[in-house]
Amino acid sequence: MSKAVTAKNLNIYYGSFLAVEGVDMEIKPKTVTALIGPSGCGKSTFLRSINRMHEVIPGARVEGKLELDGRDLYGSGVDPVGVRRQIGMVFQRPNPFPTMSIYENVIAGQRLNNKRAGKKATDELVERSLRGANLWNEVKDRLDKPGSSLSGGQQQRLCIARAIAVQPDVLLMDEPCSALDPISTLAIEDLINELKTDYTIVIVTHNMQQAARVSDFTGFFNIEGTGKPGHLVEMDETKTIFSQPKQKATEDYVSGRFG
Amino acid sequence: MSAPTTTPATATPSTKPVRQLGDRIFAGSATGAGVLILIVLAGVAVFLIAQAIPAFTASPEELPGGRNLAVYIGPLVFGTLLSALIALLIATPLAVAVALFITHYAPRRLAQGLGYVVDLLAAVPSIVYGLWGVAVLAPASLPFMTRLQDYLGWIPLFAGPVSATGRTMLVVGVTLAVMILPIITAVSREVFLQTPKLHEEAALALGATRWEMIRMAVLPFGRSGIISGAMLGLGRALGETMAVAIILSGSGIVTFNLISSSNPSSIAANIALQFPDSTGVAVNTLIASGLVLFVITLLVNSIARWIINRRREFSGAN
Repeated sequence: MSKAVTAKNLNIYYGSFLAVEGVDMEIKPKTVTALIGPSGCGKSTFLRSINRMHEVIPGARVEGKLELDGRDLYGSGVDPVGVRRQIGMVFQRPNPFPTMSIYENVIAGQRLNNKRAGKKATDELVERSLRGANLWNEVKDRLDKPGSSLSGGQQQRLCIARAIAVQPDVLLMDEPCSALDPISTLAIEDLINELKTDYTIVIVTHNMQQAARVSDFTGFFNIEGTGKPGHLVEMDETKTIFSQPKQKATEDYVSGRFG
Repeated sequence: MSAPTTTPATATPSTKPVRQLGDRIFAGSATGAGVLILIVLAGVAVFLIAQAIPAFTASPEELPGGRNLAVYIGPLVFGTLLSALIALLIATPLAVAVALFITHYAPRRLAQGLGYVVDLLAAVPSIVYGLWGVAVLAPASLPFMTRLQDYLGWIPLFAGPVSATGRTMLVVGVTLAVMILPIITAVSREVFLQTPKLHEEAALALGATRWEMIRMAVLPFGRSGIISGAMLGLGRALGETMAVAIILSGSGIVTFNLISSSNPSSIAANIALQFPDSTGVAVNTLIASGLVLFVITLLVNSIARWIINRRREFSGAN
């Protein structure tokens, strides 16, 4: 559990369009790394390339290296399906499976792995995952209800429970709070703080206060103009980025003079 | 609660909500269309019942076949259900597979082409399918049916002896299957395309293969659509007239033997074949069989509705 992610001169393309250029990044295990930057700067694309989810779009590909504890995620013979089983993801909008109950949602990943666990072990896994996502007390009496019966914030925590149920090495979060109210957002942020004792977390956020609150490291992405590729401007400890960044662009962005 | 001060009943004007003219017109015409459908349906039902009553009250000797009404209609109902069931069993899995291929496996340009072809097939008149069934499929399937009898003859369905012309219940079922395939495919395809990207990505991000993603996200979401499509197809198969009339020469028999030369006809085909030569009570008898078909269709659709509604909570529509 909890591995490091390393990007070396990573270029990400959609067809012939270069979306993200030359990212070098070191993401340490058991830390929270926030990716910030203006819209369209490629931070989500970079995040999705970590578990090869960007390949859902036809024509998407990468150049350069992306490694999980030294193992090339894009090496020949590496199955993207296998990568995604190791690297979990939480999306911008909560997306529990509407046709499944809360219980079934949590074990959806387990089912995929074809692990045949007994009823008792499965019950324990569901409880552990839901407790891990701070949702257990709210749903323990209605595990057989559809996941879509929960509130938005609860649904998002259900998605986190679903992601951690398979005990991934890394947890990616793509603006997990942007569709939530402030109280639900706070609940998720608290949860992120707890989860980092077990998981490597990478979170994309538009909310700089959030980045400052939850992350240990922050990477700032920027884009020169429309049609140009996005790139990583600088990455450092979060307090450095927000107090004395090395680049002028970063300072402008975090102080709100830009974008 | 005590109300110490009785506020004077100020003249509360009847507060009708203000509604725009356009809204009123639209609401009116939509309601009108809905009511119209009910009136048409009721009209059909009234006509069928009124015209069928003489057949119900007539003495058995007056009826065609000279026996009681149930004996006359029974085999027709059986033939109708059997042929439609065969068609549905063949067509539904195939249609779902084709729809999945179009929506999730085929390259985009091929998918578009296939989509057009499927829509086109849905528009082919049923008489064309009937002609194809009797002229091509029936003779061509003879060797196949012979083999069925040889190897699977111990199953009553394939007991034989094989019809020399190939014009059998099985051929009717396959013809009907080909006929209803496009409509089921078209409906399923539309529903599959509407599967939220969010749910597909949720499955993929958990490490689902494409097939697992389809099982987790697409099929559960499309379930009600598949059922609706199948019911549309079943409705067409139940009511199919010409294809059945051309292929089968029905004899009022009830048999599960799908490949022999004596087969039950279907209600609709029987009406089409008998109507021109019928007079008096015979006409009422045919209409009575039509009433039975009407009721069957109604029942089938209600059952489908019930299946869809049973798990409404989990449908993703809330």
